[in-house]
Amino acid sequence: MQTALLIEQTLNGLQFGVMLFLMAAGLTLIFGVMGLINLAHGSLYMVGAFACATVAAWTGSFWLGLVASLAAAAAAGAIVEITVIRRLYDRDHLDQVLATFALILVFSEGTRWLFGSFPLYLNIPPLLAGAVPIPGGAQYPLYRLAIIGVGILVAIGLYLLISRTRLGMRIRAGESDREMIGALGVDIRTLYTVVFALGAALAGLAGAMVGALQSVQVGMGEPVLILAFVVIVIGGIGSIKGALVGAILVGLIDTLGRFLLPAALAAFMGPSAAASIGAALASMLIYVFMALVLAIRPRGLFAAAG
Amino acid sequence: MKNIIAAGLFGLAMSVSGLAFAEPIKIGMITTLSGGGAGLGIDARDGFMLAIEKASNPEIEVVVEDDAQKPEIAVQLADKMIQSDKVDILTGIIWSNLAMAVVPSAVAQGKFYISVNAAPSQLAGAGCDPHYFSVSYQNDNLHEAAGAYATKAGYEKTFILAPNYPAGKDSLAGFKRFYKGEVVNELYTQLGQTDYAAEIAQIRASGADSVFFFLPGGMGIAFMKQYAQSGVDTPLIGPAFSFDQNILQAVGDAALGVKNTANWSKDIDNAANKEFVEAYKAKYGRLPSVYSAYGYDTANLILSAAGEASVSDADAFQKALEAADFDSVRGKFSFGPNHHPIQDIYVREVVKEGDILTNKIVDTALEDHQDAYAKDCKM
Repeated sequence: MQTALLIEQTLNGLQFGVMLFLMAAGLTLIFGVMGLINLAHGSLYMVGAFACATVAAWTGSFWLGLVASLAAAAAAGAIVEITVIRRLYDRDHLDQVLATFALILVFSEGTRWLFGSFPLYLNIPPLLAGAVPIPGGAQYPLYRLAIIGVGILVAIGLYLLISRTRLGMRIRAGESDREMIGALGVDIRTLYTVVFALGAALAGLAGAMVGALQSVQVGMGEPVLILAFVVIVIGGIGSIKGALVGAILVGLIDTLGRFLLPAALAAFMGPSAAASIGAALASMLIYVFMALVLAIRPRGLFAAAG
Repeated sequence: MKNIIAAGLFGLAMSVSGLAFAEPIKIGMITTLSGGGAGLGIDARDGFMLAIEKASNPEIEVVVEDDAQKPEIAVQLADKMIQSDKVDILTGIIWSNLAMAVVPSAVAQGKFYISVNAAPSQLAGAGCDPHYFSVSYQNDNLHEAAGAYATKAGYEKTFILAPNYPAGKDSLAGFKRFYKGEVVNELYTQLGQTDYAAEIAQIRASGADSVFFFLPGGMGIAFMKQYAQSGVDTPLIGPAFSFDQNILQAVGDAALGVKNTANWSKDIDNAANKEFVEAYKAKYGRLPSVYSAYGYDTANLILSAAGEASVSDADAFQKALEAADFDSVRGKFSFGPNHHPIQDIYVREVVKEGDILTNKIVDTALEDHQDAYAKDCKM
């Protein structure tokens, strides 16, 4: 049974990591290409979850909700880019932080105005309900396995998009020298809007998928955003590969830490104290890990060249 | 301003005729109306205002402000209400950390604080104050009842978990105070945690015959949904906070059949409660929650005291509050020596009425229950 528990927890860590990757990929893309710190990324995650819950409630289909969440988050991202973010590229990071923080408040109160203060209901689709047996005799929820699958597909898709397509080439070029590709005749404004919408759609996808596991409510994006920042700092800012590795590491360390630390401490102290101290230490673990990574590789594990 | 003067003059006239209150009363309500926890504050306010409007007394004025669930904002609002609005009574705070930031200084300035929800142990025991009342409960009460219920239901091995913050630790201590079986594992989760896969895996592996959890708000929704999806079928027990009227709809059928402990339920059989539930549904178009009920009772308590004594005569007003001479929607209600309620705490089961998930009382966990801190209170 202990092996089964360990396998289950490893899968949990992997699933958590994959979900973080969807958030962090958009964040790091936007930071890497446009040099913009976007605190409102968590709001786009919330937009995705609310769109999915609303459309799923109207139509009875989770899948239509999922499509709606991608569309809504991408649209919200594009609108925000055109109306607000566009004015911030040449400002310093502090201005960007301030403006995008204001966007969080606008999104949160706007969502409350539209949907009310009470959490919405979103269930997992019947196709993915239930649990499947895993080695060791335990069961694992099919839906969480599906999230891992989607995350891997998105990672492969992003890799192909950036390394194999014309758009990807422009994104990479924009990352290195934005004046030069502008001079070469690429419409840099549209490129930025597209990248921003792409990042937003990934956040929306994460929000919709996680919304079925958790509560869909105002402010749900902020805790995830903090972890996504940790992920991109560990992985190296601007690197998709770094975001993937960082997200998986953070997911595994956090999940296994929360599981193993209290158990380890219980070996030499009372259960109440072990639970409380173990939980406190476990919540610090990813930040300790981030500090270690930064001490050894100050620019992150897969820092973009330059 | 005109209103205040008018109300004042009216009050003066009435005091001469001796028909209504001795003088107008101004109540400051600080509660959470924005941010993730807004649902609770909105319910408490709506319940409170329902009672105030039903009384339709022009001498009562209520100022409502939003604390956004932030202690520093709550403190600013309290200062403003006391110094410039000149309120007589403060109320409305939902969260214990905000209550700890506001209540001690408010009562030190001679104001009454009457809690609609938050009731931390610090204010129930040695830190009690003659001007502080809790209408809702003492924070531990519902957890103690859950422990008593688990014992009564014959559970022998319980897995318990709560968030790693003061109210979470109090909840597990409260549960253990009344639970006679064995606690097989005790876990603290992060406050605001949204993924419980790691905890659920441990519940599965622990061999427990029951699970007690205290995860208020969105944390509880996430836990319940993931628990239902995991295929683990160990019975769940929790305090009412995760099974409240507005939360249940977001959890969905995953909550069906779960037992939870509460000091109010919409099916408590008395006239005041029936009238409250009907009036609330008619006015707001939704079912009331426990927070609505606490808000309603708080307003009725203040109204009952105001009918007996003038708020400017603090001692007389305090006596009138202590008498608790109002029709509580909970039926039995009285104050203990530390100004916290002595009341019955019920076991509810989540059921479906038509399309709506709601709670039904199935048992009484503790009768005439008082908190564990009353003996430490000297006033």
